[in-house]
Amino acid sequence: MSGKNSFEPRIIGFLCRWCSYQGADLAGTSRRHYPPNMVPVRVMCSGRVDPTFVLKAIADGADGVLICGCHPGDCHYQSGNFNAMRRYPLLMKALEQFGIEKERVRLEWISASESEKFALVVKEMTETVRRLGPLEWNRRLFQEGQRKT
Amino acid sequence: MAKLKLALYWAATCGGCEVAVLDLNEKILDVAAAADIYLWPVAMDYKYKDAEAWHDKFIDVCLFNGAIRNSEGEHLAKLLRAKSKVMVAFGSCACFGGIPGLANVADREGVFARVYGETPSTDNSDGTRPQTSFTVPEGELTLPYFYDTVKTLGQTVPVDYFLPGCPPVTKQIWAVVQAIVAGQLPPPGSFVGVAEKSVCEECPRVKEEKKVTAFVRPHQVIPQPEKCLLEQGLICCGPATRGGCGAQCVNANMPCRGCYGPTERVTDQGAKMLSAIASIIDATDEAGVKKVVDQIVDPLGTFYRFGLPNSLLTRVRV
Repeated sequence: MSGKNSFEPRIIGFLCRWCSYQGADLAGTSRRHYPPNMVPVRVMCSGRVDPTFVLKAIADGADGVLICGCHPGDCHYQSGNFNAMRRYPLLMKALEQFGIEKERVRLEWISASESEKFALVVKEMTETVRRLGPLEWNRRLFQEGQRKT
Repeated sequence: MAKLKLALYWAATCGGCEVAVLDLNEKILDVAAAADIYLWPVAMDYKYKDAEAWHDKFIDVCLFNGAIRNSEGEHLAKLLRAKSKVMVAFGSCACFGGIPGLANVADREGVFARVYGETPSTDNSDGTRPQTSFTVPEGELTLPYFYDTVKTLGQTVPVDYFLPGCPPVTKQIWAVVQAIVAGQLPPPGSFVGVAEKSVCEECPRVKEEKKVTAFVRPHQVIPQPEKCLLEQGLICCGPATRGGCGAQCVNANMPCRGCYGPTERVTDQGAKMLSAIASIIDATDEAGVKKVVDQIVDPLGTFYRFGLPNSLLTRVRV
């Protein structure tokens, strides 16, 4: 990647199987256009998205992470998305301390019928992360300064 | 049976691990009967050049405590790895980075600016900083090079056994020493002197439903001695921390700080702790959750207190 213009963000999306993944599916069958930068990972519930998944994605080189679940109250498992809702602000607080911009990790509620919202969120997030530039955590590690004079 | 050849070394550490060895009390005599100590800078007068003169694998067991902070620590880690048959990461700093590993919130420049400039007790108007080499009339003085990032021992050299704890509890040290003497060591790469499950398994407190509407810090309350500390709103790292310590802190009415590191199947202790804390927040709307989360002052320092270098992200971006 030579400059910011040629930078294509890599975003990992954790999509809940019941709502958001269906919303993504609908976006596809409805032929909605959205950037191809988000790699979807289907999970059973947004509550299954352990903070470890987010950190692992970043540590392995993701520039952003998107977590999508059913709207509060609509969880297939009744309360899974409430767990996602409780984790997210605490995770964001920790990530901020790690020096990671809060726009890089986003939580959105997207139902199976909200294909338009899904396409919009992916588009917005891709543009935001593109502006922020590469995160490149996997290349950062230990490269700086471990030298002797 | 020939006596064991033992080396003990400290890198970036406070010295508590050394005291933990001495806390074996009269059993230290049994250690002395079974082993000859060849290097122990904190207690005995040996020189690095003595160690450099040993042939490879001369030492049977090296107990290495402390994280790798500077070029001296790295040099000694590599030297002692070459000279030792068995390398033990002794204590939380060697295993996970420990308290010195929290310096990964800054880099070399950040640490120096703070320590040699900003702290209220510092009077350094000349802006003097440590130099790796300085010439005085008597000759050249040298200091090790201070790195940007603190590493664990295992990130620096291959480690055979990990004995965590800040410091490791005496009975576990003794059990490991006995296992070494008897030659009954587990497969290399294992954690030794630990339990398989979390601190909660060893904690005698009564645990009921956990629903927290407000978190408090240890200096703000005197906790009830019988009830789970998390249920009382204190951040106790027991759920995400490996047992083996005998739940010493919770038995002293203090929350677990997480020094034994993550349990066997967990990669990132802080992430698991964060998840555990979030799951007990008693709120079902975003504003309510935020109100509770706002009371957690320093998630990074609290959940990664002993393991920042060992975590997935390893350090803060500077």
